[in-house]
Amino acid sequence: MSSSFLYKSKSLLSHCKLGRMHDKRTIPMRFIFQKNHASTLVIAEPSSSSSSSSEAMSSLMPATLSAISAAQKLHSGPITILSDKAIDTSSLPSAVTSVLHIGASSSGTPDKDKSLCGSLLVAENVSAHIQQAQTLYSFSHIIAPATKFGSNILPRAAAILGMSPITDIIEILSNDTFVRPIYAGNALAKVQATQNVKLLSVRTTAFEKAAVDGSPAATVINLMEEKQVPPPQTLTEFVKENVSSSDRPDLATANVVISGGRGIKSAENFALLESLADKLGGAVGASRAAVDAGYAPNDLQVGQTGKCVAPELYIACGISGAIQHLSGMKDSKTIVAINSDRDAPIFQVADYGLVDDLFKAVPELTRQL
Amino acid sequence: MKILVGVKRVVDYAVKVRVGANGVELKNVKMSLNPFCEIAVEAAVRLKENKAASVSEVVALSIGPKQCQETLRTAMAMGCDRAIHIHTDLRGDYMELQSDSVAKLFQKVIEEKEKDVDLVLVGKQAIDSDCGQVGPMLAGYLNWPQATFAAKIDLDGDGLMVERETDQGTETIKIAKLPAVVSCDLRLNEPRYATLPNIMKAKKKKIDQFQADEFDVDLTAKNKVLEVFEPPARKEGITVDNVNQLIDKLKNEAGLLQ
Repeated sequence: MSSSFLYKSKSLLSHCKLGRMHDKRTIPMRFIFQKNHASTLVIAEPSSSSSSSSEAMSSLMPATLSAISAAQKLHSGPITILSDKAIDTSSLPSAVTSVLHIGASSSGTPDKDKSLCGSLLVAENVSAHIQQAQTLYSFSHIIAPATKFGSNILPRAAAILGMSPITDIIEILSNDTFVRPIYAGNALAKVQATQNVKLLSVRTTAFEKAAVDGSPAATVINLMEEKQVPPPQTLTEFVKENVSSSDRPDLATANVVISGGRGIKSAENFALLESLADKLGGAVGASRAAVDAGYAPNDLQVGQTGKCVAPELYIACGISGAIQHLSGMKDSKTIVAINSDRDAPIFQVADYGLVDDLFKAVPELTRQL
Repeated sequence: MKILVGVKRVVDYAVKVRVGANGVELKNVKMSLNPFCEIAVEAAVRLKENKAASVSEVVALSIGPKQCQETLRTAMAMGCDRAIHIHTDLRGDYMELQSDSVAKLFQKVIEEKEKDVDLVLVGKQAIDSDCGQVGPMLAGYLNWPQATFAAKIDLDGDGLMVERETDQGTETIKIAKLPAVVSCDLRLNEPRYATLPNIMKAKKKKIDQFQADEFDVDLTAKNKVLEVFEPPARKEGITVDNVNQLIDKLKNEAGLLQ
């Protein structure tokens, strides 16, 4: 990446102090953003292992796109992505003005690199990268998606920076005032950050994904090449991951979710929901009761513990509607409940309720669609 | 190995909370040990029961009003050896005392009172504030390795092998050596019920008392809660009589299934 590339970024030109630009190693990384200017660092969600990690340049995950659209609501200043890998500028929303990355890529044996990449993504390393980026650029806001990844790294980074983070934000009212749920979403708190750096995580279902319309003038800086990456710590090491792969859409981002509860009665019966999901091109979810009973694996769990989803259509079959389950799906646009118990609390949040035996209703619904 | 377990007294998980003028109404509301803290206590006690872990003692720590002592007695009835209560009347449900101050109080306890802690176990989040920050923030303040959302904890040499929940499934990480901070997720274990003999024994176990403001920690909320309100109510739904009607409504009213 030649230093002349930096000239091409309009946002940098207006702010940077000119150093010896012809010398590749003396890049004016400090003072690129003037102090007191609002600027945001978005921590990119790492790409899942099931996506091709053999690409040198990757694209952004949906969770990151939601974090970017949240960032756009904070202020009109520059938005920088912090990523493990380089991102192609055509894969960036136009609002993104620069990318900082640590040059992770796949070369050599997949297992070795998965371990290396995985270890780079442990909280101890990611928060050190955030600290380094903050030292270099003095961002006013640092934002991450409120995924398991973001929830793992952001509070540690906040502690290191001496800040108190605000997590799981569902609404941004200004650059310092936010709304977040408490008590499983049964109450909402409007909260104002008083410290000079705001560390935030945002609930991805509350922010539309920013359009990937390309940012051709964005600067892509390899912090590793610039020797701006602290040596990786060695105390915590990635060993392996257990990812369930499926042809169905990802539960967290699917437009349609068919979910089963205790009323499904067995793991085999889940096939009924899978058929309906396939007809509708949707994902399958489960309540905690169904997972505890062994009817479904726990990465299908929707609820306060588990995934928070907000699809266009959520069909709850044999789910009673406990507070903790509702907190994970009550922002769905349309909720359908199928349950033989007319007093089940799920009917209080359902737009359309069908009091019927799901073993009759679900196959019939599948047949008629 | 010496284990410190965080224990929070929160509104019971089954309570339907009401929002009043000053936040969620807590008067006369049933309070309990936070479910994820209960899982952390169970994890600590199981490690103690595992001879290979050589746990010398398990100390429970709670920060809050005087009723926290009941919560600590429950933790000791489950098997914690003794407890520490840091007294404060500041509201811990996000309104006043927030995660950064809580984590700093934990840090003070570890650095000044219980100097040889090898493992801190906390729940992944409290079900009132739903922040999930104390674990990773404490790890950051102490610069200790961390494992959040732990679904399985195994001893591994001088350290731990932890399987943790991720968005795609789980991942296994290795912490080369202790001390470390681990936050516990739902699937880690099923907590035991305290038996009556253990409840009686717990009454005699020691609780050391401190005041929150005797530690050099800023207890003020850096993030000011301006208002607490109920989420907008969903428009009331309707009941349909059969699958045909459901499909009709979904197509023609909700504009779906085109």
